Amino acid sequence: MKKNFFIIVIFIFLTSIITQKSNAYSSDPKQFITEIVNEAKKVLVDTNTKEFKTEKLSKLALETVDIKGVGYYSLGSYRKQLTKDQLKEYMTLFEKYFLKSFTSRLSDYSDPKIEVISAEVLNEKYTIVRSLLLATDKKPEVKIDWRIYTKNPDKPLIRDLIIEGLSLAKTQKEEFSSVIESNNGDFTKLFITLKEFINK
Amino acid sequence: MMMLKKLFLIAVLSLMVQAGNAFAGSTGSEDLKDSNKPGTANECFEGVSRAVFKFNHALDTAIFEPVARGYRAIPLPIRKGTGNFVDNLRSLLTLSNNILQGDLGAAGNTAGRFAINTTVGILGVFDPAAAMGLEDPGKEDFGQTLGVWGTDSGCYFVLPILGPTTARDAVGLVGNAFLDPVYHITHNSEVKAGIGNSNYSEHNYYYYRGTGAVDFRAKNIESFDSLEENSIDLYASVKSLYLQNREKKISNSKSPIETQDDGDWEEIDN
Repeated sequence: MKKNFFIIVIFIFLTSIITQKSNAYSSDPKQFITEIVNEAKKVLVDTNTKEFKTEKLSKLALETVDIKGVGYYSLGSYRKQLTKDQLKEYMTLFEKYFLKSFTSRLSDYSDPKIEVISAEVLNEKYTIVRSLLLATDKKPEVKIDWRIYTKNPDKPLIRDLIIEGLSLAKTQKEEFSSVIESNNGDFTKLFITLKEFINK
Repeated sequence: MMMLKKLFLIAVLSLMVQAGNAFAGSTGSEDLKDSNKPGTANECFEGVSRAVFKFNHALDTAIFEPVARGYRAIPLPIRKGTGNFVDNLRSLLTLSNNILQGDLGAAGNTAGRFAINTTVGILGVFDPAAAMGLEDPGKEDFGQTLGVWGTDSGCYFVLPILGPTTARDAVGLVGNAFLDPVYHITHNSEVKAGIGNSNYSEHNYYYYRGTGAVDFRAKNIESFDSLEENSIDLYASVKSLYLQNREKKISNSKSPIETQDDGDWEEIDN
């Protein structure tokens, strides 16, 4: 009896730690971005290996980005033409593509200096968090705005990065659309292109 | 003769602005095809544009990027001073366009910055105007002015060396030559009846524009590399970024969301 009780206590303790860990981010959008930036900075220090950075940044993205939402957005109205199985295949490919692209883009920065400046609530679904990537000897200062999806106020998620007023999600959507349209509306070509990107 | 050529070019490009929809290419994104949406444009002739884009990309890899990397080896204060000098000269074109857009506040700011930086800032090498509270409000060109006046972007294409543009912005390029005092000073080097300045030549203009381009390229080496590495259709990515950027500049928006269409996001919730 005592043994069982002990196991239950340990189980609850471990569960609470795991749960706490995966929901460790603040529900306040500005604080949420500050925490993400700080975590990314820790990962991006030069001493870490590329594999370590990729693994940690992927984990960070999985926890804080609405990958499903961005995937749907990137597909635009073509989403409605896909069968359930095709959509499932697309989402599997998209997640891999997104994580590879996301970690590759971030890995270019070592020790980025980002100041989170302010937050603007657009409506109950979206808040824009403004930040500034400070200038270095080589690169000029860059404004980065984060579109945060706040439909679930307890768990905000990133849906877009707007760099100097240019939306990465919109660019990606138009890129996907161009691939499909260039192949006479055949979205399987997009699947092939995504696979090529993932495997390169 | 030169003037006639320019007028002919303007006439052709104006037609392209008007006929943007009619010349829509067979490919391109559904969004890019809808030129009524802000930040979008039809293709003029996508096949040709993609070929020119490839040519420009090869040229960039072979010449511009190595030059930009070399330029980056120059100590930062010299690069900063060079960038400031070029930006100060470029502000004269901005001033002309501030006035044409009826933005007299911005015109005053640009004129004030030019006066202070040219004198106190030693020919624009330093930027004391910013320290005095006159922040750089951003560059303006005649393409933006046409946009402010309500001209549609027309169709999208890629020019050799000069890169992405729209029919409106191509007309703007020609208009810039008329409006840029630096262009006139350097292109009127022949002294006739006491008018003109023999101290400059057309070469000076192209050195100034070339230096500006190298400075810009050097500041964006990593961004370009990252875009190239992470794009599945680089041509479409560049097109999207170009059109978004022009839209943002024309609206003179400081807010990141003014040029974004929230409706695009609404769709995924349905």
